[in-house]
Amino acid sequence: MGNGSKLKVEICLGTTCFILGASELQDLAQYLEPELLDRVDIIGRTCLGFCKDRKFDGAPFVRLDESIVIERATVARVTEKIKAMLKEKDAE
Amino acid sequence: MPSMNNAAERVRRELLIRVIRGELDGTLDQEIDRIPIVMRPSDQPASRCCIYKDRAVLKYRLMGILGFGVEDETDEAKPLREYLAEARLRREPPKEVLSVAPVACYGCIESHYVITNACRACFARPCTFSCPKQAITVGPKQAEIDHSKCIDCGKCTTVCPYKAIIRVPIPCEEACPTGAIRKDESGREWINFDTCISCGKCLKACPFSAVLERSQIIEVIRAMKEGRRVVAMVAPAIIGQFPATLEQLAEGLRKAGFSDMLEVASGAELTARNEAKEFFERMERGDHLMTSSCCPAYVEAVRKLIPEMRKFVSATPSPMGYSGRLAKERDPECVTVFIGPCVAKRKEACSDPNVDYVMTFEELGALFAAREINLGTLEGLKLEREADPYARGFGAGCGVTAAILHEMSAGEGQTPPKIDGKLINPLDRKNMRLLKLHALGKLPGNFLEVMACEGGCVGGPCALVDAEKGGAAVRKLAREE
Repeated sequence: MGNGSKLKVEICLGTTCFILGASELQDLAQYLEPELLDRVDIIGRTCLGFCKDRKFDGAPFVRLDESIVIERATVARVTEKIKAMLKEKDAE
Repeated sequence: MPSMNNAAERVRRELLIRVIRGELDGTLDQEIDRIPIVMRPSDQPASRCCIYKDRAVLKYRLMGILGFGVEDETDEAKPLREYLAEARLRREPPKEVLSVAPVACYGCIESHYVITNACRACFARPCTFSCPKQAITVGPKQAEIDHSKCIDCGKCTTVCPYKAIIRVPIPCEEACPTGAIRKDESGREWINFDTCISCGKCLKACPFSAVLERSQIIEVIRAMKEGRRVVAMVAPAIIGQFPATLEQLAEGLRKAGFSDMLEVASGAELTARNEAKEFFERMERGDHLMTSSCCPAYVEAVRKLIPEMRKFVSATPSPMGYSGRLAKERDPECVTVFIGPCVAKRKEACSDPNVDYVMTFEELGALFAAREINLGTLEGLKLEREADPYARGFGAGCGVTAAILHEMSAGEGQTPPKIDGKLINPLDRKNMRLLKLHALGKLPGNFLEVMACEGGCVGGPCALVDAEKGGAAVRKLAREE
């Protein structure tokens, strides 16, 4: 896997996500091991739009590679999912 | 450690969002008694022993959001919608701000020292020799502590070669700087309001989320619905609490139903100026000490528990006090709402006619979420007036001293008295003792900035981000000129 195909990690920093936990998630980079950090692109988003229509229960949201949406995301859960997805990519 | 990986905080915020949303929509009467069921449906695992207990705890938490304490419960069967109806009619905010929910209080074990099964019942038995009260005996399998004899000195923990003796704290009691929260015979905690200083440390500490805060959010929403001019007086600590600039916050607050945003830093300018003057006068007349007075938990601690310190506490009003005055001078009809990370400000506001209500950052965040206001996408409103950068620093430790020093250096021609400032932070048992010594003149320093919360207001129990990050944001803005 080249540099061009880093895993995209989008963290919703909308106000709802922020108060329900994204305030911690924005520091994800600090918690990731260096090997993982090299292989991801962490992007804070103003709002990914998942909380629309009053569905705030799932907040905070994190999206991986524009396809996988993690609800009630925590640093631990996001890290685990990142590891799993990178492993899958390596196997391909 | 990330603090929001914490189910208690999440539940607190989720409940607030649901209540605020319902009250804004006018549907809360029908919804409120169902919220515990919606949030703890039967088909999902319980967090406590069963979903029924979970729901009962949520009911008490909702009572708190409606402004009621457990002490107000006379009939357990009284539905929440009746409390809601009473809350809407209430004219005076509740006098006490904290309460403990009986069903939620787990009744942490009484004793502080516990011998774990790592104990080998060894031959040397240093624990029995180190114990000054002969409270430890060694049985065939392991040692035991006789809790009627144990005085919690902890000597046994240091001598055990297996580290088998541990200290198990009672988190709320451990956090309380005044010993106001204590068990009754049944093991549940009660707050003694004669010594409680409303700092809210127990609220943050309890892992069972049993400590409730009595909110005034229903009153604030009522004022908005009545079409009153509701002024949001935001504490200096607000910067860094939301992913937004002050300008974006000003616009967000407008959208949320407030008429204006007033930076409490504007009031802090007056506090700093007058406190500097007061310090000068007090030193002139020969006082050995003056302390800040902007932290309401500290002021309450002095009033209730450190009588020696009373005469040294600055008489200058707090930034909130001045801000309320500024807002009411401009429009006596307006409703003033202080918004900060603090529980104790609710108490201070009770005796300040210029501050009508107090909200927390947590409640403001829930209001934004309920109204689906996304601060990051807003363009922002130009601030009517920029507060002094020094005054904006009040929310982080040492900020008050810095602002006063700045004011003193700006004094006209006078030679200011030498200020030997000390920061007393946080307000814990050790620092309560230190304050007594300061009052008696036994410790160096002639100006004390006392902040109950770790790192200053940014470490308040209702802050949204951790104190370090919040403090960095406040200090950054305070330096900008």
